[in-house]
Amino acid sequence: MDAIAIISIFVLAVFVGFEVVSKVSSTLHTPLMSGANAIHGVILVGAIIVADHSETNLELGLSLAAIVLATINMVGGFVVTDRMLEMFKPKKSVDKAGE
Amino acid sequence: MNSTLYSLIGLGAGVAFILALKGLSHPKTARRGNLIGAFGATVATLSVFLYVTPTHGQDVGHSLPLHNFWWIIGAILVGLVIGVPAARKVEMTQMPQLVALFNGVGGGAAALVAIVEYLNLGTEATTAEVIFTVFTVVVGCVSFSGSIITFMKLQELMTTRPVVFPGGRFVIAGTLAAVLGVSVWVVSAMGTTPLLTLAALSLLFGVLFVLPVGGADVPIVISLLNAFTGLTVAASGYVLSSTLLIIAGTLVGASGTILTRLMAEAMGRSLFGTLFGAFTAKPQAVSDSAEERPVRSGSADDVAILLNYARRVVIVPGFGLAVAQAQHTVRELADLMISKGIDVAYGIHPVAGRMPGHMNVLLAEANVPYDQLAEMDEVNPTFGQTDVAIVIGANDVVNPAAQTTPGCPIYGMPILEVNNAANIIFLKRSMRPGFAGIENELLYDPKTMLLFGDAKASLTKVVSALKAL
Repeated sequence: MDAIAIISIFVLAVFVGFEVVSKVSSTLHTPLMSGANAIHGVILVGAIIVADHSETNLELGLSLAAIVLATINMVGGFVVTDRMLEMFKPKKSVDKAGE
Repeated sequence: MNSTLYSLIGLGAGVAFILALKGLSHPKTARRGNLIGAFGATVATLSVFLYVTPTHGQDVGHSLPLHNFWWIIGAILVGLVIGVPAARKVEMTQMPQLVALFNGVGGGAAALVAIVEYLNLGTEATTAEVIFTVFTVVVGCVSFSGSIITFMKLQELMTTRPVVFPGGRFVIAGTLAAVLGVSVWVVSAMGTTPLLTLAALSLLFGVLFVLPVGGADVPIVISLLNAFTGLTVAASGYVLSSTLLIIAGTLVGASGTILTRLMAEAMGRSLFGTLFGAFTAKPQAVSDSAEERPVRSGSADDVAILLNYARRVVIVPGFGLAVAQAQHTVRELADLMISKGIDVAYGIHPVAGRMPGHMNVLLAEANVPYDQLAEMDEVNPTFGQTDVAIVIGANDVVNPAAQTTPGCPIYGMPILEVNNAANIIFLKRSMRPGFAGIENELLYDPKTMLLFGDAKASLTKVVSALKAL
């Protein structure tokens, strides 16, 4: 990929990242952090690519470890975020489920 | 599948992540936003199995399936078996440290990917590729070890106070200099030994970087390390020629930086002060005679009588409430007071609990109506007309030292001004100070009454005493 294209993508993504979260109530800080945390779990894609490229046992071992960690990050992250947000259900359904 | 389709799927996943972050910023769309993010990540992962990316020295990808296919599937299954139950079973009170841990393993994964990529780079690698790889190793390792330390602090496996040792700042500066020096060595010499030295130094730096951070500032550091991990993912994306990783990593890096600043603002801290405050902070002036000073403790009946004749009561919940699982009992008490015609509100400090918004999650779990939760700015002006403020398992967020004692670790943090209420009731397990480890003068105030014991047991007694009146 040529450098200019990459720099363009990078700079635009920085601005999008700044804009989308500029106004967030403190109530949502924790779920938002957790959701963003899950998103960087897509390093799983990178881990799978290097596992495919691995030629020695050392490389394969390291990339498999990376796959395990990345999967934990990604899947665990989305699941725990969903559990947090489940608590913010609209009031009606909460009452129905009533404890 | 051809490379164009593969790239388009990657772009789609990038858009899904933007929509996810956007959705997560608003209460109504937050859950949907998270699901969109999960969908994007799943599609992106599946697409790698359908198109094999080019290796260094090859112009096109090799034929399917992936090399080491079954190993890859096995490793993903191991990750699922560890990650899903951990996320499902964690108590909501312990959720902040789980997020820290997930962030740490993400950083670790990025560092491992970069190390493998480095071993693979060979002689035709460009300097830029090597630099980005080294960057990922360094920052990924810092994020990994730093997150483990924040996990240990939140889990209280180690002290929650800032860990400062003599000459600490020189050790940190020296480690940082060594990291930079070895980085240059790795870029110029290309070899396994320099790289492993660099990884080890970076892990050490992560530990040293987080140790001096005090308990109350830990969430800010988690958020910052989260942004760091995002940047490492973006750098990996450059080396692996993956637009998706560049977009996703940059989004997290940028939004994580903003979020870190927002959190620091909510706590009235400057980011710089949080990270480097421990260098300049003097040892806390804790008077040894503090425990000997008289406090006024009362019984559940005393509290019930006080509440029965109040017109307005503000409940200030803290982490102690969550630990005692007293959310439901506190709601019972509030309902009882409302039925007696008492005006009841919950005063929620933005950082009550262990993370911003943590308390809202816990009270929502107990079905406390959303409209009874008042934010700090709303509730602070009303304390003057409040007859009783009940502080349940909170301490630092009501500590007037934040306004009156320059140099104390929480100085400058906005607090709930319960000291303006006519009466204050503290429900506490003991005289032990809060998470930040600071003495609270308010406990010795003549208008304060203390009710010692487990928050849930105490509240149950207060409820039955109030019913009897």
